[in-house]
Formats: sequence, C-alpha cells, structure tokens
Amino acid sequence: MRKVLALTMVAAMVAGMLTGCSSSAPAPAADAAPAAAPAASAEASGDFDWKRFDGEEITVLFSEHTYSDAVEEKLNEFTEKTGIKVNYSSMPEGNYFEKLNVELSSHSGSIDVFMTGAYQSWEYATAGNLEPLENFIGTDLTSPDWNYDDFIPGVIDALKWDLVPGHPVGSGSQWALPMGWEVNILTYNKKILEANNIEPPKTAEDLLEASKALKEFDGSGTYGLAVRGLPDWGTIHPAYMSLYSTWGAKDFEIEDGKLVSKVNSPEAVAMTEYWVDLVKNGGAPQWATYGWEMCGADLGAGKAAMMWDADRGGYTQNTPGSSAEAGNMAFGMVPYPESAGKTEADMRSNLWVWSMAMNADSAKKEAAWYFMQYFTSPEYMLWAGVEKACTDTPRTSVLESEEYKNSVADAEGYYDAFATVSKTASIFFTAQPYFTETTTEWAKTLQDLVTTDKYASVQDAMDELKATMDELVSDLEVE
Amino acid sequence: MSAEKTTVEKSELNKVPFSTRVRPYLIVAPSLIITIGIMIPFVMAIWYSLTNYSFKLPTHKFIWIDNWVNMLGDPSFWKAVKISLEYGVISTAVEMLLGLGVAILLNNLNNGLSKVLRVLLVFPLMIAPVTATIVWQLMLNSSVGIVEKLLNIFGVYNFPWAAAPETAMMTVIMIDVWINTAFIILLVLAGLQSLPKSPFESAKIDGGSAWFNFTNLTLPMLKPSLYIALLFRLMAALQEYAVIFALTKGGPGDALMSLSLTAYQKGFKFQKFGAAIPFILVLWLIINVAAKRIVKLQRNAQKQAAGLEE
Repeated sequence: MRKVLALTMVAAMVAGMLTGCSSSAPAPAADAAPAAAPAASAEASGDFDWKRFDGEEITVLFSEHTYSDAVEEKLNEFTEKTGIKVNYSSMPEGNYFEKLNVELSSHSGSIDVFMTGAYQSWEYATAGNLEPLENFIGTDLTSPDWNYDDFIPGVIDALKWDLVPGHPVGSGSQWALPMGWEVNILTYNKKILEANNIEPPKTAEDLLEASKALKEFDGSGTYGLAVRGLPDWGTIHPAYMSLYSTWGAKDFEIEDGKLVSKVNSPEAVAMTEYWVDLVKNGGAPQWATYGWEMCGADLGAGKAAMMWDADRGGYTQNTPGSSAEAGNMAFGMVPYPESAGKTEADMRSNLWVWSMAMNADSAKKEAAWYFMQYFTSPEYMLWAGVEKACTDTPRTSVLESEEYKNSVADAEGYYDAFATVSKTASIFFTAQPYFTETTTEWAKTLQDLVTTDKYASVQDAMDELKATMDELVSDLEVE
Repeated sequence: MSAEKTTVEKSELNKVPFSTRVRPYLIVAPSLIITIGIMIPFVMAIWYSLTNYSFKLPTHKFIWIDNWVNMLGDPSFWKAVKISLEYGVISTAVEMLLGLGVAILLNNLNNGLSKVLRVLLVFPLMIAPVTATIVWQLMLNSSVGIVEKLLNIFGVYNFPWAAAPETAMMTVIMIDVWINTAFIILLVLAGLQSLPKSPFESAKIDGGSAWFNFTNLTLPMLKPSLYIALLFRLMAALQEYAVIFALTKGGPGDALMSLSLTAYQKGFKFQKFGAAIPFILVLWLIINVAAKRIVKLQRNAQKQAAGLEE
C-alpha cells in the first residue's frame, strides 16, 4: 500500500517538478545557454566515438560525498570505454573548497574537473576559473544519448549565471553540470515523536514548541532539533535560508546600482529572533560546533529527535544498516511561520546543487568533457540513483523510471515532501562573488546571538551585520 | 709600496691550490642555498602584503601600505593578537609545568613501570593534531561523548566545551596540552639524564634536602634544556592552527580567531592574499621577538650552568 502511495506521489512530483521548477526558475536560459538539439542532429547516426581521446590523462578532484563515491566506483568502466586515464582524488568537504581555491588560483591546470556548488561557481566564474560548457554541449564532442533537455530545468538553470552581481541565476553561461541536488526539509524520528506524544511539526510555531518539549527527551545530551552552527556558509544555506525566505526576507536588493543588504529588515529580524530562540532552547547543546555530519550523526544515533537539513542527510540515516535509528525516520516539509501570515503555499526551500565543473586552465578540455558527460549521462545517473543512493537525481528520465521509483519507495513522506517543496525550491541567495565572506559574517553573527550577550537585541546584531555586508560588496557594480 | 704588497699577496694566493681556495665556499654553499630558499618566499610575502593580490582578480597592483593600515585599524586584528598570545602563553606554561613535573617523577621512578610510561606518553605526538582534535571532539560531545558521561556522575550536564565563547579557549588549550606535553617531557627527561652525578652526590653527603637539590642543583643545570623546550613549544603554540580549526573553525563568533586562523580565512577562504599576509608577518614578528629573548636567556643559563657566569 505504501509503495502504491509512493508511486502515485512520484508521478505527482515529477509533474510538479517539470512544471513547477521551470516556472519558479528565475529566468529562462538566455543567449549563452546551450541547446541540446544540435548534439542529436550532429550525431544522429549514434556512432559516437568514445575513443576519440584514447590515451589522454585527466585529473579530477572531488569532495567526499555519496555522489563522488558513485563516480569513483565507475572510473574503471569510464577508462575502459574511452581510454582516458583518470587521476582521481577526493577529500572531506571541510577543507575541500580551500584546497580547490589554491589549485584554481595557480592557473596551472593541475585539475581538469572538480566538484563545486552553485554558490561557489559565482566566485570561480567571476575569477575566470570556469570553462563555459556551451563550448561543448551541442557540439560533435557530445554523445547523442546525452540529453541536455532531460535535466530538470530549475536544477540546470541554477548553474547558469551572466556574471552580473545581483542578477538572478538562470541566464548566461552554463558553468557546471548537476550531479545531485538537495532541498532542505525536516526529517524526524517518528518513534521518538510518538513516544513523546508530539505530532510532526508543520508550522514554525509547531517546530519551536516540539523542539522545546523534546529538550533532553532521553536524558542529558538529547535534544529536539539538529541544525548546523559552524561559523561558515554551511550554517546559513540549508534550514536558516529556507525559513528566512519562507518568512519573506531577502539577503540583498539592488538600489541605485549597488547591492544593499536587507538582513536588518523587519522580516529578517523576526525570523532571526525566532531562530535564536529555536537553537537556544531546542537545538544541540554544542550547536556552534555542528556541521552537517554531526547533525546527521545525532539524528541517526537517536540523540536528536528532528533535523532540518538537506533531504538526503536524513535519507541516508534511514537506509537499512546505516544508523541505529534507521527505519524510524519520516520526512516533513519546510515549517512555515503561521504567525507571520504564511501558509503551505509560501514554503521555500533553498537549493543546493552538487555539480561538476571544468577548469578554464585545463589543457585537456575535450577529455575532461568526455568525463563530465559520461558521469552526467542518463544511463549513469539511473545507476547512481538506484544503486548508490544518489536519490536527488537531476534527470527527469531517472525520476520517471520504475527502477528508481521502486528503489526509493520506502522512505515515508519523502516523496510528498520532495514533490511539494521542489515546486518552489530555488537558490534564494543573491548571486555575487563575495558569497563566502558575506555568509561567514552572517553565521558568526548567529553564533554571537546564540552563545553570547554581545548584542542588546537581534535588531542591533542585524543592523551591524548589514553594515558589514554592505561594506564587503561595496566595490560591486550592478548594471 | 701598497701596490707591491698587493701583488705579492696575490701571487702567494695563487700558490694555494684551487681546491683549497674554493673549499670555504663549498662548505658555506648548502647553508647559503637554504637561506636563499627561505628568504625568497619571505621577501615575496612582504611584496604581496603591499599589493591587492587576490585569487579573484586576474592581476594585482601595488597599493603601498593599504593592507597594513587596514589591518591595524581593524579591531579583529587586535583581538586576533590577543587570542594568539593567550593561547600561546597559557598552553606553553601549562605544558612546561606539567612536562617538568612528570619528567622529574619519571626520572626518579627508574623502574619497569617508568619505562612503559615513557613509551605510552609519546603516543599523542604520533597522532596528527587534526586527528587528535576530532577524537577529542567526539569525546566532548554532549550527546555521545564519554567525557559528558563522566561529568554526569558529578552532576554536570551539557558542559558546552568549545561551543561557548567562555569555555572555548580552555577546551582548545586542554587538547593542545594533551598532544604536546609529551614533547616537553621528552626534552626535560633527556636534560635530566645528562646532568652530572657528582654535585648530587656531594649534596647527599652534606645532607641537602630534596627541595634544596631541586632549586639549587637540578633547576639551574636544567635551565638550558627548559629554555630549548620553551622555545620550540612557544613558537609552535603561537602559530597554532590545526586544533582550533578542526574543533571550531575559529568560533563561536570570533572567540578563537587567532592570527593564523584570520590569515587563513582571509587568504584561502576569502581569497584575498594581499590582505591576509600582514597578519602572518605580524605573527612572525611576535615569534621572532619572543624567540630571540628565549635564546638569549638560554645562552645565559648555559653559561651559568657551566659555571662561567654568576
């Protein structure tokens, strides 16, 4: 019965994503956007020469993740098919981007292909580190089986940008290709909630009440809600930015040709006041040291009753044998603030897209492109989605396949949440090249608000943060 | 007259075989090459600190001392100096005291147990500081950590450790002490075992107390070794990066943003190397001043221990 229900939901989800995502995407692909059709016509015969770059050698640097694990497992098959040797290395996410910054800035071409996120691509593209992929998509270097139009519009568009600070994503060059994408939703341990007679929270008010009620639900160290708290962008982009946007707040707006921070707007302050209360009274006792790994570990160990983070973070804790509480997870959506007049229709989940990009300084761009198209092909992505738990597939054909539907049918509420939230999910940060600086300052301010009495009020803190953010982006000219 | 002398000297010099003449240069060459190798990045760092060098910009330009002026006018710089000094001085002081105490006890306890302990005590030095910090992070975690369970016995619950600004510095210093005290123990133990026996035997005959022996014999003769240990530990502690980064990334807020972390953040995370380098150069200056002072004290202590100076 559950599977039947899930399959029905999948159908609804796919329909929703195909229409909803594209309608919610900020702008249609503009002049620089690649087209898929020429690829098909150029290689209509289907005799695509995968051995064209036989004997070449490329270097790939990835962040350790489910997506990269899946790629690693298929490297030999790729080499067999293409004759291209891959020097592959991966490292933990904690230091990944810093390492990548050094490699890219040397302009040595030491790395040909690497993993990135949409936010980081704004910085790399501005610095000239990324190769625009329309140079390859739709050319004779692309297999006719590799179908550009099969990518979910909202996801592929998140990786396009015209390099103008403040302009929305979705137009301009294609800077990267999606490996997987994540919406940020509530995961809860249904066993713990049932034992404490708490209904799964739907609104922000429910969530606050439940989190407070679940404080030390099973003794010292147990708590209601796991959310990230380290002083970096990772703390802002998942749950915080999702609720921030649901509340109706913005990070920046364009005024008189300049980006102006709006973090001290009434909506932003009200949301942050709520957030500080939530973390202080319902979060982990050591919240300020929590990244996504610790949040997931606490949820899986039954120490946290709920987690608001990437959907796959909760999903991976629920697969059999993955954690002590595997099988007890269920999925909610984005809790919306009823007190601020919001409804389910206002739910906004900030989007994260793990992607792969090509180094503009690579000396082996064609071979690198072969690697990229192989590991974003429908065939590979179906395998990764079904066999390797890469469930947030960016390809429509995978989402629609029966194999995929069956493989993920047992996660209670997952499809419902994914289908609903993905309709309005998007990147709610303003695209600009100082993303890392501004979000680091933002996260530090949250830490100060939660762990110190440095500020007399949240309004004071956000006023100061606004000034800092304005200063950081002051040299950006917005056309 | 002087021209004649010069001619004679030159002709005498020509009689010295070429291999002998060139030998001093060959001897000094490796150290000269190493010095040049050290100085090139150092001089380049000074140069970059005078530019707007950034990973985000295709080129960079000379901006005089703008980076330095900006840094000195930035309150976070002065806070970073304070945090670096606090971390360096406190962790080194605790490690020196603990290391000295344990080394003396081990030296006196010259049996099988002390031999086993000497081996075990070195273990933390064999672990990468980042790895040690991650292990400590798990141990201190309020949900699953063993330390939390132990504290619960004493009625302490949810101790914040690195998650609160008031206790964050204490936590990172505690981990640093766990990792590095063994280094002091090793150096002091080696120093203790190299002390001459005769002064102690004389003191024993004269009926000197243990305290008398420690303050008048052990400590003065051990001072050179202690200063060496102090020099190495203080230099490393002032530069400390791994423990703080692995545990809190400098948080909560700016609570642990030392000079090293601030420079790292500005340079690698924000990709502004020109602005980051002055922080590192100030750190170098602080370490240089401290090191010179300790080296001077060590030389004096060495002379005193050798009876050359009162």
